[in-house]
Amino acid sequence: MASSDSATAMQVALSTERDALKATGGVMDGAIATNVKPSTPRRPAGESPADVRPERLRSADPDAFGVPTGREEEWRFTPLARVKPLFDAVPGAAAGLDARIEGEQDGVSFGPVADGDPLLDGLPLPADLLSARAASAPGSTTALRIDKAAELTEAVVVNLTATGDAVLFGHLVIEVGEQARATVVLDHTGDARYVGKTSVLLGDGASLDLVSVQSWGETAVHSEHLAFQVGRDARLRSTQVTLGGSLVRVLETVDFTGPGGDVELRGVSFADDGQHLEHRLLVDHSVPKCRSRVTYKSALQGDQAHTVWIGDVLIRAAAEGTDTYELNRNLLLTPEARADSVPNLEIETGEIAGAGHASATGRFDDEQLFYLQARGIPADVARRMVVRGFFAEVVESIGVPALEERLMATIETELERAFS
Amino acid sequence: MATLEIRDLHVSVEADGTDKQILTGVDLTIRAGETHAIMGPNGSGKSTLAYAIAGHPKYTITSGTVTLDGEDVLAMSVDERARAGVFLAMQYPVEVPGVSVSNFLRSAATAIRGEAPKLRLWVKEQKEAMSRLEMDPAFSERSVNEGFSGGEKKRHEILQLELLKPKIAVLDETDSGLDVDALRVVSEGVNRVREGGETGVLLITHYTRILNYIKPDFVHVFVRGRIAESGGAELADELEANGYAKYGVETAATPGRSLPTSPVLPGVVTTA
Repeated sequence: MASSDSATAMQVALSTERDALKATGGVMDGAIATNVKPSTPRRPAGESPADVRPERLRSADPDAFGVPTGREEEWRFTPLARVKPLFDAVPGAAAGLDARIEGEQDGVSFGPVADGDPLLDGLPLPADLLSARAASAPGSTTALRIDKAAELTEAVVVNLTATGDAVLFGHLVIEVGEQARATVVLDHTGDARYVGKTSVLLGDGASLDLVSVQSWGETAVHSEHLAFQVGRDARLRSTQVTLGGSLVRVLETVDFTGPGGDVELRGVSFADDGQHLEHRLLVDHSVPKCRSRVTYKSALQGDQAHTVWIGDVLIRAAAEGTDTYELNRNLLLTPEARADSVPNLEIETGEIAGAGHASATGRFDDEQLFYLQARGIPADVARRMVVRGFFAEVVESIGVPALEERLMATIETELERAFS
Repeated sequence: MATLEIRDLHVSVEADGTDKQILTGVDLTIRAGETHAIMGPNGSGKSTLAYAIAGHPKYTITSGTVTLDGEDVLAMSVDERARAGVFLAMQYPVEVPGVSVSNFLRSAATAIRGEAPKLRLWVKEQKEAMSRLEMDPAFSERSVNEGFSGGEKKRHEILQLELLKPKIAVLDETDSGLDVDALRVVSEGVNRVREGGETGVLLITHYTRILNYIKPDFVHVFVRGRIAESGGAELADELEANGYAKYGVETAATPGRSLPTSPVLPGVVTTA
């Protein structure tokens, strides 16, 4: 198996690409072929490896960030021509997505937040120009608040939608009070050009399952910074499901404010012809005894289908007892598709419970196909069973049955197109 | 009565850029109700015969024919062969993560029978078949072959054999890696299928051990890609006593003669 597992590397960067797979002919292993070629990221000659480390500037001030040129580590995988309209736009007043909450529950409030509201102080800071603009645009903020100690029995579903060429900026704050338990679903539909920041505050001992679904139409362009701030002994499970859109680029950052935090970041994406689906993560272990688990899976099919997964995990000197592991799996259903995968682990203390990562990108496993066909199952049905199985681990543990069914049905539809 | 006829079968496999001839003219006829044991040393091509019949893309048929009741098996895709009634119990069943055993079995039964079995009857049928093979009902919710022990994988293969009721069943070293209990359970499963009289069994094995549980009607000695000698069950006893030496191969036909255990595949007994 050509995946990499690392417990001690101070800094490891791997890149897996279709080209690497082609060069070696692909090695089959389990669910998918695996082929991770350790390689240095593309960077100008003369830079030392230390320079590969992302800058990680965080600021509320848009002017602190430059407009990217495409040479930056953070932007080198993104087709800038397609996101350029987002950079060219000037945030207008109160022009976000149409955001509506389904139903009503005790302990839940939802509505606009006035500029200057104290809630806006102490939020996790934006990590790039777009998210800084989204968070600072006047009247852009909507808040979903879950009261202290509330135990919600139903998922809170927020429908976010818009269609049109105008670039929209929006800022959603999700505040989960101390000891509260909640499941929140953010459901993005329509064909928008949208720049979002979602700031998620988990109070001490809070528990949140957050599912964000990107079911955009074919022309949507969406940039998002999903910024989590995790309190002492809080538990977070975030699931990103990215199926639609022309270009979707989601940055997830996790900051811990106290020990005992337990975070799972999971994601599935399915890229078709011409789709660029990018997920970047930065888990910043700055306090002791927190746990993080990352599981991201993507399937790709068709010409110019492209997924990017960047998994940065930082264990700072103070973060003793950290336990972290990240996993990325990419399944190339057609040879023209391309998956980039860069796990990156930086460890500044040796006093940790565990740290590792694994990444594998490969083609469809012909041995699985043979096994299923040898039981009479036609090739197209067999392929669908395998891909469905590939995603099932993440999708079928979302915990919102109606949503799980809808997502698996959407994946089935994409597969019909793939194998028809 | 179903009949599988293999005539002058030559098969090659591509290795290191060159075609290597593995089967060099196999002739064999298997009828429903008969049990044929193919015995031979490692590397003689036994498994190649099994996979060539099932249609694995790795193997190229260079000449010869395989027909089932006169139909050209070699012209069929892998799944068409299975639907025509050919079943291969694999030596190393493949893991399919995320696909549950119950989903897999029902999909296979639907394909083989041509219509989805009625759910209530199917649940009962599957449960009873599993209980006969001493399998825990919780098994059906696990992913296909994922994390299964060697014995569990083989029971799962025989479970499929019993549920799919093929015309011809090829069992590729089903006995390898099994302890005595598992061997007994698996053999009983095969014997139940034999007693039905509707299935011809081709039992591929390296050792005579499984033949204590499954009595073959015919024994064929497989050497260098073809059948070197055929006979009745007594031929197995002769191999038990003398090994393959008379065929110019220095290897034993019984375990326990200081054969090393492979370091790569635990529980699988191999010869050097």
